[in-house]
Amino acid sequence: MASTINVDIVSAEGQIFSGEAAMVFVPATQGEIGVAPRHAPLLTLLKAGEVRVKLPAGDEQSFYVGGGALEIQPTRVTVLADTALRAHDLDEAQAMKARQQAEEALSDRNSTIDIAEAQAELARAMVQLRMIEKLRKVRS
Amino acid sequence: MAGAKEIRTKIASVKSTQKITKAMEMVAASKMRRAQDRMRAARPYAEKMREVIGRLQIANPDYRHPYLVERPVKSVGMVIVSTDRGLCGGLNVNLFKSVLVQIRDWQAKGVDVQLCVIGSKALQFFKRVRLPIVASVTHLGDRPHLDSLIGPVTVMLDMYKEGKIDALYLVNNRFLNTMSQKPIVQQLIPAEVVSSPDLQQHWEYIYEPSAADILDGLLTRYVESQVYQGAVENVASEMAARMVAMKSATDNAGKLIEELQLIYNKARQAAITKEISEIVGGAAAV
Repeated sequence: MASTINVDIVSAEGQIFSGEAAMVFVPATQGEIGVAPRHAPLLTLLKAGEVRVKLPAGDEQSFYVGGGALEIQPTRVTVLADTALRAHDLDEAQAMKARQQAEEALSDRNSTIDIAEAQAELARAMVQLRMIEKLRKVRS
Repeated sequence: MAGAKEIRTKIASVKSTQKITKAMEMVAASKMRRAQDRMRAARPYAEKMREVIGRLQIANPDYRHPYLVERPVKSVGMVIVSTDRGLCGGLNVNLFKSVLVQIRDWQAKGVDVQLCVIGSKALQFFKRVRLPIVASVTHLGDRPHLDSLIGPVTVMLDMYKEGKIDALYLVNNRFLNTMSQKPIVQQLIPAEVVSSPDLQQHWEYIYEPSAADILDGLLTRYVESQVYQGAVENVASEMAARMVAMKSATDNAGKLIEELQLIYNKARQAAITKEISEIVGGAAAV
C-alpha cells in the first residue's frame, strides 16, 4: 500500500511545501513526533522548531516553523505553520505596543498642527485655482 | 512677448510632474502584481484553517469556544485596514465613508464602537472624527507581515474575552480587479465557520493536548490570518487604485501640456507679428 504520505506545509504568508513524503518529523508541544504513512488521525499544536520532510527518494528537506498546528488525516498531513515567533508574553508585548501607539497618536495631536496643515493645503489649492483661471483667460 | 517665460516655466513644471506620475504609475503596476501574488499565496492557509476548525466543531458539538458563541451585542470592535500613503484616488475615502455609515447605524441602536486602525490614513481620519481608537499599527509597508498584526489583533481579542466588545469586524478594500475595489465589512468573531456536511469524516482524531486548547490556538490564528489577508488585499487595492489615479494624472498632464504649448505658440506668434508690424510701420514713416 501507500508508502508515501501527502504533505502540505502552509503559512499565512504562503505555501511552503507541498508534495509526497516518506516520513515527516514535527515539533509538537508534547515532544517531537514522527509521522509515517497511515499514522492515526491526530490534531496537535506545534512549538517553534524544525519540520523535517523525508522525501521518497531518501533526501531530507527541513523547514523552520515558529509554531502552529498539525493535522493528520489518513493520507494527508497538513502543517499550519506560524511565520512569526510567538509566545504568550511576546503577544502581550506586541499588544501593549499597539495600544500605546494608539494612545500616543491620540494624545500628542495638537489641533494647531491640524489647522496649520489645512491652511497650507488651502493656500496650495488657491494658487492652483488662480493658475487655472489665468490659463482660461489666456485661452479665451 | 507677455507671459511667454511664465508659460514656458509652467510647461516645464507640468512636464516634471508628469514624469513623476508616470513613474509612480509603473511602480504601482509592478507592486500590484506582487501584492496579488501574496494575496493568492495567503489563501490556502485560511482555507485549511477553516476546514480544520469546521471538522473540530463537528467532532466536538458539546464544546463551544467563546469565539464561536453569539451574545447580545452592546459594543463592537472594528479592525479598519487602510493605506499608509495617499495618492490612490478615492480608495480610503470610500472605505471610511462606508465605515462611518455602519458606525452611525450602530450608534443609533445604542451600540458602542471601539476601533483598531491599521495604516496611518485611518489613524488620521478616525482621530479627527473622534472615535475611540484602542489600538493602531502603521507603516506596514508594501509587504505586511503577520508579526506586526499580532499586536493589534491581540488587543481586540483580549477585549472580546473580557467582554468589552461582543463582536469584531474587519473592514478593508476588496480587490475585485484593477479598475474596481470595494470596501467590505466582514464579521471576524463570533466566527461564522460553516460546518458543511462534506467536512464530515469517518475517522476520530486524537487530540494533543486537548480539543479546547487546539481550538483556541487555531481560532486565534484564524482571526489573525483573516486580518493578514485583509491587509494584503488592501495593499493590492491600494496599488491598483494608485495605478489608475496616476494614469489619469499622467493623461491630464499631457493634455495640459498640449494646451499650454498652444498658448505659448500663440503668444510667440503674436509677439513676432507685433514686432514686424512695428518695423513695417517704422519703415513706412520714414
